Amino acid sequence: MTARRFDPFLRDPDHPVRPGPVGAVVILVVLVVLSLAAIAPLYWMFATSLTPSALTVKFPPELVPSAPTLRNYQEVLGQPNFMRWVLNSLIQSVSVTLVTIATASMAGYALAKLPFRGSRALFWLFMLSMMLPFEAILVPLFLVVTRLGLVDSYLGLILPLLVSPFSIFLMKQFIGTLPTELLDAARVDGAGEARIFWEVVLPLVRPGLAFLGIITFVAQWNSFVWPLVVTRSSGMRTLQVGLVLIREQEPLFYGLHMAAAVLAALPVIVVFFAFQRYFLRGVTVGALKG
Amino acid sequence: MTRGGAARRHVAAWGATFVAPQAVLFAVFFLLPVVIAFVLAFMDVRPTRMTFIGLANFKRVLADPLFGKALTNTAIFTAVVVVFWLGKALLIAYLLDPMNRALQTFFKSAFYLPAVTSSIIISLVWAWIYHPTFGLLNAFIGLFGLKPVAWLGNVDTALASLMAMQIVMGGGSSIVLLSAALARIPRDLYEVALIDGAKRPVIFTKVVLPLIRPTLLYLVVTGTVNTFQVFESVYVMTQGGPQFSTTTVVYRIYQEAFQRFNLGLASAQAIVLFLLTFVLAAVQFRFLGQNVEY
Repeated sequence: MTARRFDPFLRDPDHPVRPGPVGAVVILVVLVVLSLAAIAPLYWMFATSLTPSALTVKFPPELVPSAPTLRNYQEVLGQPNFMRWVLNSLIQSVSVTLVTIATASMAGYALAKLPFRGSRALFWLFMLSMMLPFEAILVPLFLVVTRLGLVDSYLGLILPLLVSPFSIFLMKQFIGTLPTELLDAARVDGAGEARIFWEVVLPLVRPGLAFLGIITFVAQWNSFVWPLVVTRSSGMRTLQVGLVLIREQEPLFYGLHMAAAVLAALPVIVVFFAFQRYFLRGVTVGALKG
Repeated sequence: MTRGGAARRHVAAWGATFVAPQAVLFAVFFLLPVVIAFVLAFMDVRPTRMTFIGLANFKRVLADPLFGKALTNTAIFTAVVVVFWLGKALLIAYLLDPMNRALQTFFKSAFYLPAVTSSIIISLVWAWIYHPTFGLLNAFIGLFGLKPVAWLGNVDTALASLMAMQIVMGGGSSIVLLSAALARIPRDLYEVALIDGAKRPVIFTKVVLPLIRPTLLYLVVTGTVNTFQVFESVYVMTQGGPQFSTTTVVYRIYQEAFQRFNLGLASAQAIVLFLLTFVLAAVQFRFLGQNVEY
């Protein structure tokens, strides 16, 4: 066993099919080119957001702003409802995240460890429903919310977004790995089911709860279709819908659009870097964007 | 025995209670809308009354040339995007696999960043990049002496531009999943293949691909179903134009329901969409799911 040496070509010394030095350089070049293509638009958003309006309508465009300014940001923050949209997005994302964590972990626990008549059928119904795209029930869902008198309200915005078979599935998988003997032992000790859930189950699946919370927050912050359909008044719009409204009002001020986009992207980018390891661990998540 | 029965009933009662909040939400905001969709699809919906009209809505959907156009656009979009996006993700994950951890983390983060950024933001940025007069892309191709193109304003380029954006920005979460699948391949399988004198392309097709097949299947199915619902980029960047060249199925449903308030027709369209996604997913499972041994 030799001490691990640093590989100047950044290869994994233990991998059985390592590329040669030339191969490694080719790999690095391909990776740099493809990642630059995906990152460049985000850089361009940031660069334009710092460019004064007069200089955005110039050809060829300035790759690095020659006269960087925060004017666009001041103007975005001065838009009548901008802070209100930020607040609405926060209310939506935080409340959906918290309620989803609570109810999905309860449902996941029930489906994994507390069998009742019809629980298997219910589980398969949840699974089957994941096959149905949200857009397919958009119209009748809107009618239900209209009939309940909840259009253009926080409840109307939030309640339908709480339905999350995927979260239930995820929590059932996490909780299903806990040994049943552990729960039985707690029962023998006289603990009630609610206490077992709170004091035994939840602490053991804390990483799962964190993971669910993070992906739910990001998906909710980025959600667009339902907020677009269910909100009417400017004061009820969320940030993603607001971005489109800003562009409709000021179609020619690209610096303004990009400044608003940067502000809307900032929270999820911060969440991403803060919880990077959860995102990069590769739990089977499927689509994040809703 | 009776004690055991009582304990089971006790557990069952708690199980039903714990599942209740999600079950109630599911019933009201999912099952009920599904039932309503099926009812509305057979109705002529007017503000004052509803009349049963049988299959007339479905006949109209199938006879509607615009819905046909939307279906074709969506099918092209989905086929191209899924193939290239997954191909790109597989290439990147495979190239990253023999590299060291720090490098893997760095590039996975770089590719993941666009995936946490909302599709509205991505669409706004690319609408600006594609701008016919001041856009970055036209400046870039100008370096090679090419004339500016109205990327989103031209029947021939609009749909392709939307697809290109999706492919360039996509792949983040699939790279992570594929990378995890590659890392799970037992190292001795590679060593056996090397001892047998297998070359790298053979190892890739005979060892790597079969072992990551379940992950690939999962990504193809979820990717197809999700891509088929494309809406945001169309809404922000092209509004379905020019000349309906970027009108997709969900955009068409949105227009019918929320701009023309034609709820019966929109419901029939939604049911067609649902059946199509279901069939697509089932077909993929059938063909790609064979011989999965893992």
